[in-house]
Amino acid sequence: MIADIAFYVFAAILLISACMVITARNSVHSVLFLILAFINAAALFVLAGAEFLAMVLVIVYVGAVAVLFLFVVMMLDVDFAALREGFQRYAPLGLTIGFILMVEVGLTVIDWSVASGAHFVRLAPMPAHLSNTAALGDLIYTHYMFAFELVALLLLIAMVGAIVLTHTDRRGPRRQNIETQHERRIDETLTMVTIEFGSGAKRISAQSGKEIG
Amino acid sequence: MAMLYTTLPVLFLAIAGMVMLMFGVFARRDHTFAITAASIVALAITARLIFAAPDGQVFHAMLVTNDFTRFADILVLVGAAGALSLSVGFNERTGITRFEYPVLILFSVIGMVVLVSAGDLLTLYIGFEIQSLALYVLATFARNNVRSSEAGLKYFVLGALSSGVLLYGISLVYGFAGTTSFVDIAHALARHSMVSIGSTIGIVFVMVGLAFKISAAPFHMWTPDVYEGSPSSVTAFFATAPKVATFALLLRVMLGPFAPMLAQWQDLVQIVAAASMVIGALGAIGQSNIKRLMAYSSIGHMGYALMGLAAGTVTGVRGALIYLAIYLVMSLGTFGCIIAMSRKGKPVERIDDLAGMASEDGRYALALAVLMLAMAGIPPLSGFFGKLYVFLAAIRSGLDVLAVIGVATSAIAAFYYLRVIKVMYFDTGTPGFDRRTAGINLVIGVSAAVTVLFVFYPSPLSTVSSYAAHALFQSAKF
Repeated sequence: MIADIAFYVFAAILLISACMVITARNSVHSVLFLILAFINAAALFVLAGAEFLAMVLVIVYVGAVAVLFLFVVMMLDVDFAALREGFQRYAPLGLTIGFILMVEVGLTVIDWSVASGAHFVRLAPMPAHLSNTAALGDLIYTHYMFAFELVALLLLIAMVGAIVLTHTDRRGPRRQNIETQHERRIDETLTMVTIEFGSGAKRISAQSGKEIG
Repeated sequence: MAMLYTTLPVLFLAIAGMVMLMFGVFARRDHTFAITAASIVALAITARLIFAAPDGQVFHAMLVTNDFTRFADILVLVGAAGALSLSVGFNERTGITRFEYPVLILFSVIGMVVLVSAGDLLTLYIGFEIQSLALYVLATFARNNVRSSEAGLKYFVLGALSSGVLLYGISLVYGFAGTTSFVDIAHALARHSMVSIGSTIGIVFVMVGLAFKISAAPFHMWTPDVYEGSPSSVTAFFATAPKVATFALLLRVMLGPFAPMLAQWQDLVQIVAAASMVIGALGAIGQSNIKRLMAYSSIGHMGYALMGLAAGTVTGVRGALIYLAIYLVMSLGTFGCIIAMSRKGKPVERIDDLAGMASEDGRYALALAVLMLAMAGIPPLSGFFGKLYVFLAAIRSGLDVLAVIGVATSAIAAFYYLRVIKVMYFDTGTPGFDRRTAGINLVIGVSAAVTVLFVFYPSPLSTVSSYAAHALFQSAKF
């Protein structure tokens, strides 16, 4: 009974915050709603008996990914108003596709049938004698070992890709060279100008031929 | 031991890729050429290992080997090796020579080999992501070029969308069958007497995700832009290996786990095939950029190959495999010609730039003319036989309408292929293209020769693809 109530509360908050993610005007609010959605999803995982997944969701998605999102949204100067341009134009098409998808999902829910063997799998999602983490580890490192190793390769490719797309080859870091600093003479660095009273800085820079400021 | 031999191709490619990556990172000088050459050697060794891998499945049926996967693997390796040999001169000229290029191609080939041999929806998805992630980076490889960046971004966003659709479909299928293993899904679908809407929608979504990756209409929108924007050497790779790998997977998924639902998806495949053929033929007519032309041409070719899948028979699969093999060779040659189009180190891509080619470089013009005629399906060139096999299979399965559409669209498509030949032979101009590298000459020469001589010696390909098609149906029978 209490579990049911908890499920509906968390699920409702999850749906509402998911809607807010895409409708919120301020993008920082969107990310905060996303975090709320993640936390509610984690609560649903706990209710379903998957504590480990719930913890991973909170630690990885809330702790790392969402915070990174927040940084990116705050630091990048993305013009979200410009991104929304054309929304009116494409809205009818988008709504049509969305409506068709909703009908499909509706049909799936109404006429949901499960293969005869599949009931058994659903009834015993967890081996009885193992803890959540141990059961997952057992699957990942034995049954799904091949897939696990391939995912590692995927991460390597992502890393190589990020480096290929952003790395610029600068010959060595910009170190301080004390010798050249010492050998600099005054006339190499300093221009003496007599300033006429009342004339702006702009005219001086034009006279001396050097940028000031 | 069987487990080791079956995984050895993937394992070897991964280790080779990582060794080359480390070598490239720590080497003092730029060794891109050496790494490219080593990659081609690695692909050849992988081909040998694929032949050595025994039939069967390992890792709880996550990886499957049979004659079908071997056939598709070899096509993928040929495509990748061809694209690598084409890349050398081009990347140098356009200033994008970096050792990560061959390494990323090797990594994406790993994804393709896994994809082709997937025996589980999980390996299918991971194989896809490995392949696609490397391809996204390759599309953006000329990162200082705004069009290349645009191509990569477009490909990435739409690719992510299609992965989402694919995953949603997979989740519906899993919800129905309670398993991700191909064999068990086939059992579950076959035992279920009624057609379940949930699993049907799931299968349709999986199909849409895969159709997106082979750029079959109506999921083709990204293709012309990505083909045009990416560096030509990358486009050559896009048009060959990933298409063949994904198509082979499409054949395996539809005729393996989803075979019991044939009646449900057959109409859909017919629609996609017809739409691809029509869009491929009509879309290309107004194009002045040869890479965009090839993009529409590849959409059309996927439509013809899909006709073999729509037939759903051994003959159909055999036809599709022959078509893919012939398409691969033709595309490599054509892209060799496109990559050779450059003036003073700058690539040119307009069809009009080819004007007067016949009088300046007769051999080049002849090779491109042969390849264009083969693409149009003019007998006795190889492209004609590819079309013949799929048309025959379609008619035998009672898909007469599809075959008629196919013949009509190839007649329309012949127009724009012939236009390229007309520009080369009858228009006046001075192309003044740069000297071609040996690798490009080799690829163009070999593919033109294969295209012409296929008519005299078609038996190896038709025999091998027949074995492959039978192996596909054998492994789907439980």
